[in-house]
Amino acid sequence: MMDWLGLGPQEWTAVRLSLKVALWAVAVSLPFGVAVALLLARGRFWGKALLNGAVHLPLILPPVVTGYALLLGFGRQGPLGSFLAEQFGIVFAFRWTGAALAAAVMGFPLMVRAIRLSIEAVDRRLEQAAGTLGANPLQVFLTVTLPLILPGILAGTVLAFAKAMGEFGATITFVSNIPGETQTLPSAIYTFLQVPGGEGGALRLTAVSVAIAMAALVVSEFLARRAGRGAGAG
Amino acid sequence: MFSLDVTHRQGAFTLDCRFESAGRLTALFGPSGSGKTTLVNIVAGLVRPDRGRVAVGERVLVDTARRLALPVHRRRIGYVFQDARLFPHMSVAQNLRYGERHIPHAERYARFDHVVELLGIGALLARQPDALSGGERQRVAIGRALLASPRLLLMDEPLAALDEARKAEILPYVERLRDEAAVPILYVSHALAEVSRLATDMVVLAGGAVRAAGPTDAIMQRLDLLPEDEQGEGGAVLDGVVASHDETFELTVIDTGAGALRLPRLDAEPGKRVRIRIRARDVMVATERPRGLSALNVIEGTIRTLEPRAGAAVDAFIDCGGHTLVARITRQSERLLALSPGRPVFAVVKSVSFDRGGLATFRTT
Repeated sequence: MMDWLGLGPQEWTAVRLSLKVALWAVAVSLPFGVAVALLLARGRFWGKALLNGAVHLPLILPPVVTGYALLLGFGRQGPLGSFLAEQFGIVFAFRWTGAALAAAVMGFPLMVRAIRLSIEAVDRRLEQAAGTLGANPLQVFLTVTLPLILPGILAGTVLAFAKAMGEFGATITFVSNIPGETQTLPSAIYTFLQVPGGEGGALRLTAVSVAIAMAALVVSEFLARRAGRGAGAG
Repeated sequence: MFSLDVTHRQGAFTLDCRFESAGRLTALFGPSGSGKTTLVNIVAGLVRPDRGRVAVGERVLVDTARRLALPVHRRRIGYVFQDARLFPHMSVAQNLRYGERHIPHAERYARFDHVVELLGIGALLARQPDALSGGERQRVAIGRALLASPRLLLMDEPLAALDEARKAEILPYVERLRDEAAVPILYVSHALAEVSRLATDMVVLAGGAVRAAGPTDAIMQRLDLLPEDEQGEGGAVLDGVVASHDETFELTVIDTGAGALRLPRLDAEPGKRVRIRIRARDVMVATERPRGLSALNVIEGTIRTLEPRAGAAVDAFIDCGGHTLVARITRQSERLLALSPGRPVFAVVKSVSFDRGGLATFRTT
Protein backbone atom coordinates (compact mmCIF):
# COMPACT_ATOMS: atom_id res chain seq x y z
CA MET A 1 0.00 0.00 0.00
CA MET A 2 2.70 2.42 1.02
CA ASP A 3 4.74 1.53 -2.02
CA TRP A 4 1.90 2.41 -4.29
CA LEU A 5 2.85 5.59 -6.11
CA GLY A 6 6.06 5.41 -4.09
CA LEU A 7 4.64 7.58 -1.32
CA GLY A 8 6.31 7.47 2.06
CA PRO A 9 4.38 7.37 5.35
CA GLN A 10 4.75 11.09 5.97
CA GLU A 11 3.51 11.83 2.49
CA TRP A 12 0.49 9.53 2.92
CA THR A 13 -0.32 11.19 6.20
CA ALA A 14 -0.32 14.58 4.53
CA VAL A 15 -2.62 13.34 1.72
CA ARG A 16 -5.07 11.75 4.15
CA LEU A 17 -5.03 14.81 6.39
CA SER A 18 -5.63 17.15 3.47
CA LEU A 19 -8.62 15.11 2.30
CA LYS A 20 -10.03 15.03 5.84
CA VAL A 21 -9.52 18.78 6.33
CA ALA A 22 -11.03 19.68 2.94
CA LEU A 23 -14.04 17.37 3.32
CA TRP A 24 -14.86 18.68 6.78
CA ALA A 25 -14.32 22.26 5.70
CA VAL A 26 -16.74 21.87 2.80
CA ALA A 27 -19.33 19.76 4.64
CA VAL A 28 -19.59 22.13 7.59
CA SER A 29 -19.54 25.33 5.58
CA LEU A 30 -22.07 24.17 2.96
CA PRO A 31 -25.28 24.90 4.94
CA PHE A 32 -23.88 28.31 5.88
CA GLY A 33 -22.87 28.86 2.28
CA VAL A 34 -26.42 28.17 1.05
CA ALA A 35 -27.93 30.35 3.77
CA VAL A 36 -25.61 33.29 3.10
CA ALA A 37 -26.08 32.94 -0.66
CA LEU A 38 -29.87 33.04 -0.13
CA LEU A 39 -29.53 36.13 2.06
CA LEU A 40 -27.37 37.90 -0.49
CA ALA A 41 -29.50 36.86 -3.47
CA ARG A 42 -32.94 37.40 -1.98
CA GLY A 43 -32.62 39.31 1.27
CA ARG A 44 -33.33 42.99 1.69
CA PHE A 45 -31.79 44.18 4.90
CA TRP A 46 -29.57 46.85 6.31
CA GLY A 47 -25.90 45.88 6.12
CA LYS A 48 -26.23 43.58 3.12
CA ALA A 49 -23.26 45.27 1.44
CA LEU A 50 -21.32 44.79 4.66
CA LEU A 51 -22.10 41.06 4.78
CA ASN A 52 -21.18 40.75 1.13
CA GLY A 53 -17.85 42.48 1.83
CA ALA A 54 -17.10 40.33 4.86
CA VAL A 55 -17.78 37.12 2.92
CA HIS A 56 -15.50 38.17 0.09
CA LEU A 57 -12.72 39.56 2.27
CA PRO A 58 -10.66 36.32 2.43
CA LEU A 59 -10.58 36.33 -1.37
CA ILE A 60 -8.81 39.68 -1.47
CA LEU A 61 -6.78 39.82 1.75
CA PRO A 62 -3.34 38.25 1.84
CA PRO A 63 -3.91 34.70 3.22
CA VAL A 64 -1.38 35.40 5.95
CA VAL A 65 -3.59 38.23 7.20
CA THR A 66 -6.64 35.96 7.25
CA GLY A 67 -4.61 33.33 9.12
CA TYR A 68 -3.43 35.86 11.65
CA ALA A 69 -6.97 37.15 12.13
CA LEU A 70 -8.12 33.58 12.76
CA LEU A 71 -5.31 33.16 15.27
CA LEU A 72 -6.42 36.32 17.07
CA GLY A 73 -10.07 35.27 17.07
CA PHE A 74 -9.94 31.49 17.39
CA GLY A 75 -6.58 30.96 19.13
CA ARG A 76 -6.52 29.76 22.75
CA GLN A 77 -6.44 33.35 23.97
CA GLY A 78 -8.88 34.61 21.33
CA PRO A 79 -12.41 35.56 22.42
CA LEU A 80 -14.15 33.01 20.16
CA GLY A 81 -11.48 30.35 20.61
CA SER A 82 -11.62 30.42 24.43
CA PHE A 83 -15.43 30.52 24.40
CA LEU A 84 -15.75 27.49 22.10
CA ALA A 85 -13.08 25.58 24.06
CA GLU A 86 -14.82 26.21 27.40
CA GLN A 87 -18.42 25.69 26.25
CA PHE A 88 -18.09 22.91 23.69
CA GLY A 89 -14.55 21.62 24.04
CA ILE A 90 -13.82 22.58 20.43
CA VAL A 91 -10.20 23.63 20.07
CA PHE A 92 -8.84 25.06 16.84
CA ALA A 93 -5.33 26.19 17.77
CA PHE A 94 -2.66 23.89 16.29
CA ARG A 95 -5.22 21.16 15.56
CA TRP A 96 -6.48 19.74 12.25
CA THR A 97 -9.82 21.36 13.10
CA GLY A 98 -8.08 24.72 12.84
CA ALA A 99 -6.78 23.76 9.41
CA ALA A 100 -10.34 22.88 8.42
CA LEU A 101 -11.59 26.23 9.73
CA ALA A 102 -8.93 28.11 7.77
CA ALA A 103 -9.75 26.11 4.64
CA ALA A 104 -13.49 26.73 5.09
CA VAL A 105 -13.02 30.48 5.53
CA MET A 106 -10.81 30.72 2.47
CA GLY A 107 -13.15 28.64 0.32
CA PHE A 108 -16.33 30.31 1.56
CA PRO A 109 -16.43 33.25 -0.91
CA LEU A 110 -16.06 30.90 -3.87
CA MET A 111 -18.82 28.65 -2.59
CA VAL A 112 -21.21 31.53 -1.84
CA ARG A 113 -20.55 33.15 -5.19
CA ALA A 114 -21.42 30.05 -7.21
CA ILE A 115 -24.57 29.29 -5.20
CA ARG A 116 -25.70 32.90 -5.24
CA LEU A 117 -25.47 33.06 -9.02
CA SER A 118 -27.58 29.93 -9.37
CA ILE A 119 -30.21 31.27 -6.95
CA GLU A 120 -30.44 34.49 -8.92
CA ALA A 121 -31.03 32.43 -12.05
CA VAL A 122 -34.05 30.63 -10.56
CA ASP A 123 -37.35 31.69 -12.10
CA ARG A 124 -39.28 32.94 -9.09
CA ARG A 125 -42.54 32.46 -10.92
CA LEU A 126 -42.02 28.72 -10.50
CA GLU A 127 -41.90 29.26 -6.75
CA GLN A 128 -45.12 31.26 -6.95
CA ALA A 129 -46.72 28.41 -8.85
CA ALA A 130 -45.63 25.96 -6.15
CA GLY A 131 -47.19 28.23 -3.53
CA THR A 132 -50.55 28.23 -5.31
CA LEU A 133 -50.36 24.43 -5.27
CA GLY A 134 -50.33 24.46 -1.48
CA ALA A 135 -46.61 24.25 -0.71
CA ASN A 136 -45.48 26.43 2.20
CA PRO A 137 -42.28 28.48 1.80
CA LEU A 138 -40.06 25.74 3.29
CA GLN A 139 -41.61 23.08 1.05
CA VAL A 140 -41.21 25.39 -1.94
CA PHE A 141 -37.53 25.79 -1.12
CA LEU A 142 -36.93 22.07 -0.66
CA THR A 143 -38.91 20.85 -3.68
CA VAL A 144 -38.41 23.61 -6.23
CA THR A 145 -35.61 26.03 -5.37
CA LEU A 146 -33.10 23.51 -4.02
CA PRO A 147 -33.31 21.06 -6.96
CA LEU A 148 -33.01 23.94 -9.41
CA ILE A 149 -29.89 25.37 -7.75
CA LEU A 150 -28.27 21.96 -7.28
CA PRO A 151 -25.82 22.47 -10.17
CA GLY A 152 -24.73 25.75 -8.56
CA ILE A 153 -24.34 24.08 -5.18
CA LEU A 154 -22.22 21.33 -6.76
CA ALA A 155 -20.06 23.88 -8.56
CA GLY A 156 -19.61 25.87 -5.36
CA THR A 157 -18.78 22.75 -3.38
CA VAL A 158 -16.13 21.61 -5.83
CA LEU A 159 -14.57 25.07 -5.99
CA ALA A 160 -14.47 25.27 -2.20
CA PHE A 161 -13.06 21.74 -1.97
CA ALA A 162 -10.32 22.56 -4.47
CA LYS A 163 -9.52 25.75 -2.58
CA ALA A 164 -9.44 23.82 0.73
CA MET A 165 -7.05 21.24 -0.71
CA GLY A 166 -4.67 23.98 -1.84
CA GLU A 167 -4.98 26.39 1.06
CA PHE A 168 -1.55 27.21 2.48
CA GLY A 169 -0.99 30.74 3.75
CA ALA A 170 -3.82 31.07 6.22
CA THR A 171 -3.41 27.47 7.43
CA ILE A 172 0.28 27.69 8.19
CA THR A 173 -0.16 31.07 9.89
CA PHE A 174 -3.08 29.90 12.01
CA VAL A 175 -2.17 26.32 12.98
CA SER A 176 1.46 26.02 11.93
CA ASN A 177 2.90 22.99 10.15
CA ILE A 178 2.75 19.99 12.47
CA PRO A 179 3.17 16.60 10.74
CA GLY A 180 0.14 14.40 11.31
CA GLU A 181 -1.92 17.22 12.76
CA THR A 182 -1.83 20.32 10.59
CA GLN A 183 0.64 19.43 7.85
CA THR A 184 -1.63 19.40 4.79
CA LEU A 185 -0.47 18.68 1.22
CA PRO A 186 0.77 22.20 0.43
CA SER A 187 2.49 22.46 3.80
CA ALA A 188 4.17 19.09 3.21
CA ILE A 189 5.33 20.15 -0.26
CA TYR A 190 6.67 23.37 1.22
CA THR A 191 8.48 21.40 3.95
CA PHE A 192 10.04 19.01 1.43
CA LEU A 193 11.36 21.98 -0.54
CA GLN A 194 13.04 23.35 2.61
CA VAL A 195 15.23 20.27 3.15
CA PRO A 196 18.03 19.03 0.89
CA GLY A 197 16.96 16.05 -1.23
CA GLY A 198 13.27 16.69 -0.66
CA GLU A 199 12.43 17.33 -4.32
CA GLY A 200 11.32 13.73 -4.85
CA GLY A 201 8.66 13.93 -2.16
CA ALA A 202 7.56 17.36 -3.36
CA LEU A 203 7.19 16.05 -6.89
CA ARG A 204 5.16 13.00 -5.82
CA LEU A 205 2.80 15.11 -3.71
CA THR A 206 2.42 17.55 -6.59
CA ALA A 207 1.33 14.63 -8.77
CA VAL A 208 -1.18 13.59 -6.11
CA SER A 209 -2.52 17.16 -5.93
CA VAL A 210 -3.06 17.26 -9.66
CA ALA A 211 -4.77 13.85 -9.58
CA ILE A 212 -7.16 14.85 -6.77
CA ALA A 213 -8.02 18.16 -8.48
CA MET A 214 -8.74 16.37 -11.75
CA ALA A 215 -10.85 13.72 -10.02
CA ALA A 216 -12.88 16.41 -8.25
CA LEU A 217 -13.53 18.19 -11.54
CA VAL A 218 -14.60 14.99 -13.29
CA VAL A 219 -16.94 14.01 -10.47
CA SER A 220 -18.52 17.45 -10.33
CA GLU A 221 -18.93 17.53 -14.09
CA PHE A 222 -20.68 14.16 -13.93
CA LEU A 223 -22.97 15.21 -11.07
CA ALA A 224 -23.79 18.53 -12.71
CA ARG A 225 -24.71 16.77 -15.93
CA ARG A 226 -26.98 14.38 -14.05
CA ALA A 227 -28.60 17.23 -12.16
CA GLY A 228 -28.84 19.19 -15.40
CA ARG A 229 -30.63 16.31 -17.11
CA GLY A 230 -33.11 16.16 -14.23
CA ALA A 231 -33.64 19.90 -14.42
CA GLY A 232 -34.25 19.82 -18.14
CA ALA A 233 -32.83 22.22 -20.65
CA GLY A 234 -35.17 25.09 -19.82
CA MET B 1 -70.36 32.08 -4.87
CA PHE B 2 -67.35 34.25 -5.36
CA SER B 3 -67.25 37.82 -4.15
CA LEU B 4 -64.65 40.51 -4.41
CA ASP B 5 -64.43 44.14 -3.37
CA VAL B 6 -60.94 45.61 -3.50
CA THR B 7 -58.99 48.79 -4.04
CA HIS B 8 -55.35 48.65 -4.93
CA ARG B 9 -52.88 51.25 -6.14
CA GLN B 10 -49.96 50.29 -8.29
CA GLY B 11 -47.95 53.31 -9.30
CA ALA B 12 -50.25 55.57 -11.29
CA PHE B 13 -52.79 52.78 -11.81
CA THR B 14 -55.68 52.30 -9.44
CA LEU B 15 -57.75 49.15 -9.36
CA ASP B 16 -61.15 49.60 -7.79
CA CYS B 17 -63.36 46.60 -8.36
CA ARG B 18 -66.42 45.03 -6.90
CA PHE B 19 -68.40 42.10 -8.23
CA GLU B 20 -69.95 38.79 -7.32
CA SER B 21 -70.47 35.72 -9.40
CA ALA B 22 -72.05 32.34 -8.93
CA GLY B 23 -71.24 31.23 -12.47
CA ARG B 24 -69.39 28.06 -13.36
CA LEU B 25 -67.01 30.01 -15.56
CA THR B 26 -66.76 33.74 -15.00
CA ALA B 27 -64.72 35.61 -17.57
CA LEU B 28 -62.73 38.68 -16.57
CA PHE B 29 -62.77 40.54 -19.83
CA GLY B 30 -60.95 43.73 -20.73
CA PRO B 31 -58.11 45.18 -22.78
CA SER B 32 -54.54 44.77 -21.58
CA GLY B 33 -53.79 47.21 -18.80
CA SER B 34 -57.34 47.06 -17.44
CA GLY B 35 -56.19 45.29 -14.28
CA LYS B 36 -57.26 41.71 -14.99
CA THR B 37 -54.00 40.05 -13.96
CA THR B 38 -53.62 42.23 -10.87
CA LEU B 39 -57.12 41.17 -9.88
CA VAL B 40 -56.43 37.44 -10.15
CA ASN B 41 -53.11 37.91 -8.39
CA ILE B 42 -55.01 39.50 -5.50
CA VAL B 43 -57.34 36.49 -5.43
CA ALA B 44 -54.42 34.06 -5.50
CA GLY B 45 -52.58 35.98 -2.79
CA LEU B 46 -49.61 36.98 -4.93
CA VAL B 47 -50.60 40.63 -4.50
CA ARG B 48 -51.97 42.04 -1.28
CA PRO B 49 -54.66 44.69 -1.89
CA ASP B 50 -54.52 48.06 -0.13
CA ARG B 51 -58.11 47.62 0.92
CA GLY B 52 -60.86 45.12 0.48
CA ARG B 53 -62.31 41.70 0.90
CA VAL B 54 -62.23 38.55 -1.21
CA ALA B 55 -64.24 35.44 -0.41
CA VAL B 56 -64.94 32.09 -2.05
CA GLY B 57 -68.20 30.81 -0.64
CA GLU B 58 -68.04 31.17 3.12
CA ARG B 59 -64.28 31.25 3.10
CA VAL B 60 -62.73 34.71 3.44
CA LEU B 61 -59.30 34.93 1.77
CA VAL B 62 -58.59 38.59 2.43
CA ASP B 63 -60.30 41.10 4.63
CA THR B 64 -58.18 44.17 5.24
CA ALA B 65 -60.72 45.53 7.74
CA ARG B 66 -60.08 42.45 9.90
CA ARG B 67 -56.36 42.43 9.03
CA LEU B 68 -56.86 39.00 7.56
CA ALA B 69 -54.86 37.71 4.58
CA LEU B 70 -54.40 34.00 4.09
CA PRO B 71 -50.94 33.12 2.74
CA VAL B 72 -50.85 31.85 -0.84
CA HIS B 73 -50.35 28.21 0.07
CA ARG B 74 -53.36 28.12 2.37
CA ARG B 75 -55.84 29.67 -0.04
CA ARG B 76 -56.60 26.57 -2.11
CA ILE B 77 -56.90 28.66 -5.24
CA GLY B 78 -55.71 26.85 -8.36
CA TYR B 79 -53.82 29.08 -10.79
CA VAL B 80 -53.16 28.32 -14.44
CA PHE B 81 -50.64 30.87 -15.63
CA GLN B 82 -50.31 32.17 -19.15
CA ASP B 83 -46.85 30.61 -19.31
CA ALA B 84 -47.71 27.17 -17.84
CA ARG B 85 -44.81 27.34 -15.32
CA LEU B 86 -44.30 23.59 -15.13
CA PHE B 87 -41.44 22.51 -12.89
CA PRO B 88 -38.57 21.73 -15.28
CA HIS B 89 -36.91 19.24 -12.93
CA MET B 90 -39.98 17.01 -12.65
CA SER B 91 -41.73 14.71 -15.08
CA VAL B 92 -45.28 15.44 -16.18
CA ALA B 93 -46.61 12.92 -13.64
CA GLN B 94 -44.58 14.51 -10.84
CA ASN B 95 -45.81 17.94 -11.86
CA LEU B 96 -49.39 16.71 -11.78
CA ARG B 97 -49.02 15.16 -8.35
CA TYR B 98 -47.20 18.13 -6.84
CA GLY B 99 -50.23 19.73 -5.22
CA GLU B 100 -51.82 16.51 -3.99
CA ARG B 101 -49.52 15.90 -1.05
CA HIS B 102 -50.13 19.35 0.39
CA ILE B 103 -53.87 18.79 0.67
CA PRO B 104 -55.46 16.89 3.57
CA HIS B 105 -56.89 13.55 2.41
CA ALA B 106 -60.46 14.43 3.29
CA GLU B 107 -60.37 17.53 1.09
CA ARG B 108 -59.08 15.89 -2.07
CA TYR B 109 -61.87 15.70 -4.60
CA ALA B 110 -59.84 15.57 -7.82
CA ARG B 111 -58.85 12.06 -8.86
CA PHE B 112 -55.64 11.55 -10.80
CA ASP B 113 -57.03 9.12 -13.38
CA HIS B 114 -60.08 11.24 -13.95
CA VAL B 115 -58.15 14.47 -14.48
CA VAL B 116 -55.65 12.74 -16.79
CA GLU B 117 -58.54 11.38 -18.84
CA LEU B 118 -60.41 14.70 -18.83
CA LEU B 119 -57.41 16.52 -20.28
CA GLY B 120 -56.19 13.74 -22.53
CA ILE B 121 -52.66 13.76 -21.13
CA GLY B 122 -52.24 10.05 -20.35
CA ALA B 123 -49.58 9.60 -23.03
CA LEU B 124 -47.46 12.44 -21.65
CA LEU B 125 -47.01 11.28 -18.06
CA ALA B 126 -43.44 10.02 -18.36
CA ARG B 127 -42.19 13.02 -20.35
CA GLN B 128 -40.26 16.05 -19.15
CA PRO B 129 -41.92 19.46 -19.59
CA ASP B 130 -39.35 20.63 -22.14
CA ALA B 131 -40.44 17.79 -24.44
CA LEU B 132 -44.04 19.07 -24.60
CA SER B 133 -45.70 21.35 -27.14
CA GLY B 134 -47.23 24.63 -25.94
CA GLY B 135 -50.72 23.18 -25.96
CA GLU B 136 -49.69 20.05 -24.08
CA ARG B 137 -47.86 22.13 -21.51
CA GLN B 138 -50.95 24.20 -20.88
CA ARG B 139 -53.12 21.08 -20.47
CA VAL B 140 -50.66 19.66 -17.95
CA ALA B 141 -50.68 22.99 -16.11
CA ILE B 142 -54.47 22.85 -15.93
CA GLY B 143 -54.29 19.27 -14.63
CA ARG B 144 -51.70 20.20 -12.04
CA ALA B 145 -53.87 23.02 -10.73
CA LEU B 146 -56.96 20.80 -10.66
CA LEU B 147 -55.23 17.99 -8.78
CA ALA B 148 -54.57 20.33 -5.88
CA SER B 149 -58.37 20.15 -5.42
CA PRO B 150 -58.82 23.92 -5.45
CA ARG B 151 -61.98 25.71 -4.35
CA LEU B 152 -61.63 28.14 -7.24
CA LEU B 153 -59.59 27.87 -10.41
CA LEU B 154 -57.93 30.97 -11.86
CA MET B 155 -56.95 30.89 -15.52
CA ASP B 156 -54.93 33.90 -16.66
CA GLU B 157 -55.16 34.04 -20.45
CA PRO B 158 -54.15 30.39 -20.70
CA LEU B 159 -54.46 30.48 -24.49
CA ALA B 160 -52.83 33.84 -25.17
CA ALA B 161 -49.40 32.39 -25.88
CA LEU B 162 -50.73 29.75 -28.28
CA ASP B 163 -51.41 29.84 -32.00
CA GLU B 164 -54.90 29.29 -33.41
CA ALA B 165 -54.45 25.55 -33.90
CA ARG B 166 -53.27 25.05 -30.31
CA LYS B 167 -56.13 27.21 -29.03
CA ALA B 168 -58.63 25.06 -30.88
CA GLU B 169 -56.94 22.04 -29.27
CA ILE B 170 -57.38 23.35 -25.71
CA LEU B 171 -60.78 25.03 -25.89
CA PRO B 172 -62.81 21.80 -25.79
CA TYR B 173 -60.92 20.77 -22.64
CA VAL B 174 -61.75 24.06 -20.95
CA GLU B 175 -65.39 23.50 -21.91
CA ARG B 176 -65.33 20.03 -20.37
CA LEU B 177 -63.73 21.50 -17.29
CA ARG B 178 -66.51 24.06 -17.05
CA ASP B 179 -69.23 21.45 -17.51
CA GLU B 180 -67.77 18.52 -15.57
CA ALA B 181 -65.35 19.71 -12.91
CA ALA B 182 -66.66 20.58 -9.48
CA VAL B 183 -64.77 23.85 -9.29
CA PRO B 184 -65.84 27.36 -10.34
CA ILE B 185 -63.47 29.07 -12.76
CA LEU B 186 -62.35 32.68 -13.04
CA TYR B 187 -61.05 33.07 -16.57
CA VAL B 188 -59.04 36.08 -17.73
CA SER B 189 -59.22 36.95 -21.40
CA HIS B 190 -59.08 39.85 -23.77
CA ALA B 191 -60.56 37.86 -26.67
CA LEU B 192 -64.30 38.21 -26.96
CA ALA B 193 -64.66 35.14 -29.16
CA GLU B 194 -63.10 33.02 -26.40
CA VAL B 195 -65.25 34.62 -23.71
CA SER B 196 -68.50 34.22 -25.61
CA ARG B 197 -67.74 30.58 -26.18
CA LEU B 198 -66.66 29.67 -22.67
CA ALA B 199 -68.17 31.99 -20.14
CA THR B 200 -71.44 31.56 -18.28
CA ASP B 201 -70.89 34.95 -16.68
CA MET B 202 -68.65 37.84 -17.48
CA VAL B 203 -67.13 40.88 -15.86
CA VAL B 204 -66.03 43.70 -18.14
CA LEU B 205 -63.03 45.62 -16.81
CA ALA B 206 -61.75 48.94 -18.09
CA GLY B 207 -59.14 51.18 -16.54
CA GLY B 208 -59.17 49.23 -13.28
CA ALA B 209 -62.93 49.44 -12.76
CA VAL B 210 -65.85 47.09 -13.40
CA ARG B 211 -67.95 48.41 -16.29
CA ALA B 212 -70.44 45.57 -16.28
CA ALA B 213 -70.98 42.18 -14.70
CA GLY B 214 -73.62 39.54 -15.31
CA PRO B 215 -74.62 36.58 -17.47
CA THR B 216 -72.62 36.39 -20.71
CA ASP B 217 -75.59 36.61 -23.08
CA ALA B 218 -76.86 39.76 -21.36
CA ILE B 219 -73.47 41.48 -21.34
CA MET B 220 -72.63 40.52 -24.92
CA GLN B 221 -75.65 42.50 -26.11
CA ARG B 222 -74.42 45.64 -24.43
CA LEU B 223 -72.05 46.60 -27.19
CA ASP B 224 -71.45 49.98 -25.60
CA LEU B 225 -69.79 48.29 -22.64
CA LEU B 226 -67.31 46.44 -24.77
CA PRO B 227 -63.98 47.98 -25.75
CA GLU B 228 -64.29 49.96 -28.96
CA ASP B 229 -62.23 47.62 -31.13
CA GLU B 230 -64.25 44.63 -29.94
CA GLN B 231 -67.71 46.13 -30.30
CA GLY B 232 -68.09 44.58 -33.72
CA GLU B 233 -67.65 41.19 -32.07
CA GLY B 234 -70.49 41.75 -29.63
CA GLY B 235 -74.05 40.68 -30.20
CA ALA B 236 -76.41 37.89 -29.32
CA VAL B 237 -75.20 34.66 -27.74
CA LEU B 238 -77.72 31.87 -28.16
CA ASP B 239 -77.71 28.29 -26.97
CA GLY B 240 -79.05 25.97 -29.60
CA VAL B 241 -79.53 22.31 -30.48
CA VAL B 242 -78.60 20.64 -33.73
CA ALA B 243 -82.03 19.74 -35.18
CA SER B 244 -81.29 18.07 -38.50
CA HIS B 245 -79.03 17.96 -41.52
CA ASP B 246 -80.17 18.89 -44.98
CA GLU B 247 -78.13 16.58 -47.21
CA THR B 248 -79.29 18.10 -50.51
CA PHE B 249 -77.85 21.51 -49.83
CA GLU B 250 -75.35 20.34 -47.23
CA LEU B 251 -76.82 22.49 -44.50
CA THR B 252 -77.42 21.97 -40.81
CA VAL B 253 -80.50 23.30 -39.06
CA ILE B 254 -80.01 24.55 -35.52
CA ASP B 255 -82.94 25.28 -33.27
CA THR B 256 -82.48 28.28 -31.04
CA GLY B 257 -85.02 29.95 -28.85
CA ALA B 258 -85.12 32.81 -31.33
CA GLY B 259 -85.86 30.59 -34.32
CA ALA B 260 -84.28 28.00 -36.60
CA LEU B 261 -80.94 28.85 -38.23
CA ARG B 262 -79.48 27.18 -41.31
CA LEU B 263 -75.70 26.86 -41.46
CA PRO B 264 -73.29 25.07 -43.77
CA ARG B 265 -73.11 21.37 -42.81
CA LEU B 266 -71.63 20.86 -39.35
CA ASP B 267 -69.97 17.75 -38.11
CA ALA B 268 -72.29 17.31 -35.14
CA GLU B 269 -74.96 14.76 -34.25
CA PRO B 270 -78.59 15.91 -34.04
CA GLY B 271 -79.40 16.67 -30.42
CA LYS B 272 -75.95 18.11 -29.78
CA ARG B 273 -75.98 21.37 -27.84
CA VAL B 274 -74.08 24.23 -29.44
CA ARG B 275 -73.54 27.84 -28.59
CA ILE B 276 -73.72 30.35 -31.38
CA ARG B 277 -73.00 34.02 -31.55
CA ILE B 278 -74.65 36.42 -33.92
CA ARG B 279 -72.62 39.58 -34.13
CA ALA B 280 -74.51 42.84 -34.20
CA ARG B 281 -72.71 43.94 -37.34
CA ASP B 282 -73.90 40.78 -39.10
CA VAL B 283 -77.60 41.52 -38.60
CA MET B 284 -79.66 43.66 -40.99
CA VAL B 285 -83.14 44.95 -40.22
CA ALA B 286 -86.08 44.88 -42.68
CA THR B 287 -89.59 46.16 -42.06
CA GLU B 288 -91.16 43.60 -44.40
CA ARG B 289 -90.16 40.09 -45.26
CA PRO B 290 -87.34 40.49 -47.76
CA ARG B 291 -87.78 38.93 -51.18
CA GLY B 292 -85.13 38.20 -53.72
CA LEU B 293 -82.45 38.12 -51.06
CA SER B 294 -79.81 35.43 -50.73
CA ALA B 295 -79.87 35.39 -46.95
CA LEU B 296 -81.08 32.05 -45.58
CA ASN B 297 -81.75 33.17 -42.09
CA VAL B 298 -84.52 35.70 -41.64
CA ILE B 299 -86.01 35.83 -38.17
CA GLU B 300 -89.24 37.57 -37.20
CA GLY B 301 -89.22 39.78 -34.16
CA THR B 302 -90.22 43.03 -32.56
CA ILE B 303 -88.07 46.06 -31.86
CA ARG B 304 -87.65 46.33 -28.11
CA THR B 305 -85.34 49.31 -27.82
CA LEU B 306 -83.10 51.45 -29.97
CA GLU B 307 -79.94 52.76 -28.40
CA PRO B 308 -77.87 55.44 -30.11
CA ARG B 309 -74.11 54.87 -29.98
CA ALA B 310 -71.14 57.03 -30.84
CA GLY B 311 -71.10 58.40 -34.40
CA ALA B 312 -73.59 57.12 -36.91
CA ALA B 313 -74.39 53.88 -35.10
CA VAL B 314 -77.59 52.73 -33.43
CA ASP B 315 -78.02 49.35 -31.75
CA ALA B 316 -81.43 47.83 -32.37
CA PHE B 317 -82.50 45.21 -29.82
CA ILE B 318 -84.95 42.84 -31.44
CA ASP B 319 -87.09 40.51 -29.38
CA CYS B 320 -87.37 37.14 -31.12
CA GLY B 321 -89.43 34.63 -29.15
CA GLY B 322 -88.13 35.87 -25.83
CA HIS B 323 -84.48 36.01 -26.99
CA THR B 324 -82.76 39.15 -28.09
CA LEU B 325 -80.86 39.74 -31.30
CA VAL B 326 -78.81 42.89 -31.64
CA ALA B 327 -78.37 44.72 -34.93
CA ARG B 328 -75.94 47.55 -35.37
CA ILE B 329 -77.44 49.87 -37.94
CA THR B 330 -77.01 53.54 -38.86
CA ARG B 331 -79.08 56.41 -37.57
CA GLN B 332 -80.07 57.14 -41.13
CA SER B 333 -81.53 53.62 -41.58
CA GLU B 334 -83.39 54.02 -38.32
CA ARG B 335 -85.00 57.21 -39.67
CA LEU B 336 -85.69 55.83 -43.18
CA LEU B 337 -87.35 52.66 -41.84
CA ALA B 338 -89.14 54.64 -39.14
CA LEU B 339 -88.06 52.14 -36.52
CA SER B 340 -89.50 52.48 -33.06
CA PRO B 341 -90.06 50.20 -30.06
CA GLY B 342 -92.91 47.74 -30.62
CA ARG B 343 -92.54 47.70 -34.39
CA PRO B 344 -92.50 44.21 -35.96
CA VAL B 345 -89.36 43.65 -38.06
CA PHE B 346 -87.35 40.94 -39.78
CA ALA B 347 -83.77 40.34 -38.69
CA VAL B 348 -81.60 39.23 -41.58
CA VAL B 349 -78.65 37.26 -40.24
CA LYS B 350 -75.70 37.53 -42.61
CA SER B 351 -73.43 35.17 -40.75
CA VAL B 352 -73.28 33.11 -37.60
CA SER B 353 -70.26 32.57 -35.41
CA PHE B 354 -70.28 29.05 -34.31
CA ASP B 355 -68.32 28.59 -31.12
CA ARG B 356 -67.57 24.91 -31.15
CA GLY B 357 -64.55 23.03 -32.44
CA GLY B 358 -62.89 26.28 -33.33
CA LEU B 359 -64.20 29.77 -33.53
CA ALA B 360 -65.33 29.66 -37.13
CA THR B 361 -67.70 32.16 -38.63
CA PHE B 362 -70.08 31.01 -41.36
CA ARG B 363 -71.54 33.35 -43.88
CA THR B 364 -75.06 32.22 -44.46
CA THR B 365 -76.15 34.38 -47.35
